[in-house]
Amino acid sequence: MTIPVPNTIEFRWVSWRAGGPASKEILADVSFAVPKGKTLVLLGRSGSGKTSALKLINGMLWPSSGQVWVEGRATREWDAIRLRRGIGYVIQEAGLFPHFTVAENVGLLPRLENWSSAKIAARVSEMLELVGLEPGEFAQRRPRELSGGQRQRVGVARALAADPPILLMDEPFGALDPVTRAELQREFGALARRLQKTIVFVTHDVREALLLASRIILLEKGRVVGDAAPEEFLQLQHPEVLAFTAGLGVNGGAR
Amino acid sequence: MTGLWRFFVEHQSEIVGATLEHVELVLYAMAAAIAIGVPMGMLIVQRPTLRSLALGIAGIFQTIPSLALFGFLIPIPFIGGIGKRTAIVALTLYALLPILRNTYVGLTEIDPAVLESAEAMGMTRAQILFRVRFPLGLAVILAGVRTATIITIGVATIAAAIGAGGLGTFIFRGVALVNNSLLLAGAIPAALLAILADFLLGRLERRRRVS
Repeated sequence: MTIPVPNTIEFRWVSWRAGGPASKEILADVSFAVPKGKTLVLLGRSGSGKTSALKLINGMLWPSSGQVWVEGRATREWDAIRLRRGIGYVIQEAGLFPHFTVAENVGLLPRLENWSSAKIAARVSEMLELVGLEPGEFAQRRPRELSGGQRQRVGVARALAADPPILLMDEPFGALDPVTRAELQREFGALARRLQKTIVFVTHDVREALLLASRIILLEKGRVVGDAAPEEFLQLQHPEVLAFTAGLGVNGGAR
Repeated sequence: MTGLWRFFVEHQSEIVGATLEHVELVLYAMAAAIAIGVPMGMLIVQRPTLRSLALGIAGIFQTIPSLALFGFLIPIPFIGGIGKRTAIVALTLYALLPILRNTYVGLTEIDPAVLESAEAMGMTRAQILFRVRFPLGLAVILAGVRTATIITIGVATIAAAIGAGGLGTFIFRGVALVNNSLLLAGAIPAALLAILADFLLGRLERRRRVS
């Protein structure tokens, strides 16, 4: 008998529509749970609702019906600012502040939380090392002086800076060249296992999903059509699952 | 040409005096327009319902012919009358639109990914405004200040019509007496002021540009 791990994030029959009650549902009746320290991958085509699901977690969107629970409280009951400060957020192209140096980008949230400057400096160096960037070389650079892969690393460092228990990632490696992408996926996978963060990761790349997920949820037009651990996911027979797995080789290798 | 040069040398102190008066009018008007336009631009970013109203009103002042605007203000109590104060009010109203519009555009036309990150990180609206939107929009705001300054230097020549002094004094006298030297004694310094302002503010603007 194993002790049940508390769920950090839970969707309970969540629907979301962009407009009024008559408008089309972007998400329909979605339920799932992410236990503490696990990585959930939301897989789906463009327009399947996966990014909306992500934004429902940090209160950038609110459910039209149903509830999203984060750390034992519905998102509506959270103060949005407090909720978001406990959730790291990484997007494609990183969204770094172009007028800040790398160090200022990474140290922004600690600064807003009134950490001492010595503590911020130490934390920035620690985070840059964590994502494989030499602080001495990169701390004072501006985002435009970095490659795409380096910017994405800074994005991850910034999301982790205030040590949030939860990390949301929206196709963070989507804009990178295949070699850099594979490199970052591998490193991030190792990092995620080491840090024990609860992670929700959005992607349309089934191989990325299989590599990083503790559990994969496949969305099609706002509905959950597949929900399985990676090794079981390949056995699912839903047509949308087959559409995603068809390109994989027998061993899950080349497309 | 030598006649003009002699005229300039002979009336040196009057020309310098009028130029300083002109600069004074422009500086006061620009300070007021920035003090009103920039905060108002920030406000309409946060309150979109006020946007069309504010831009509309600022736009109306621009459509009023400048000489008429000076005239309209004369009978208004407190701000009106003959002289510098009325002129500064009119110039301020004139300079408002480019500053207000550029402030709004500068603060809103920012990479959506950057704003999304800022919001998702848990920055408050005020923090996003002052730490993200304002520094990133500053170059565009300064471009508005530059446009407004150049317009104001030109329009300020008309202030002489309501007794506010400045370089327009020479121009109006030159027109009345059909005297080109007098006309140019007003027009050339005004043009040089505009070029100088364009150069200096342009340099400041380029330094604030973040790519």
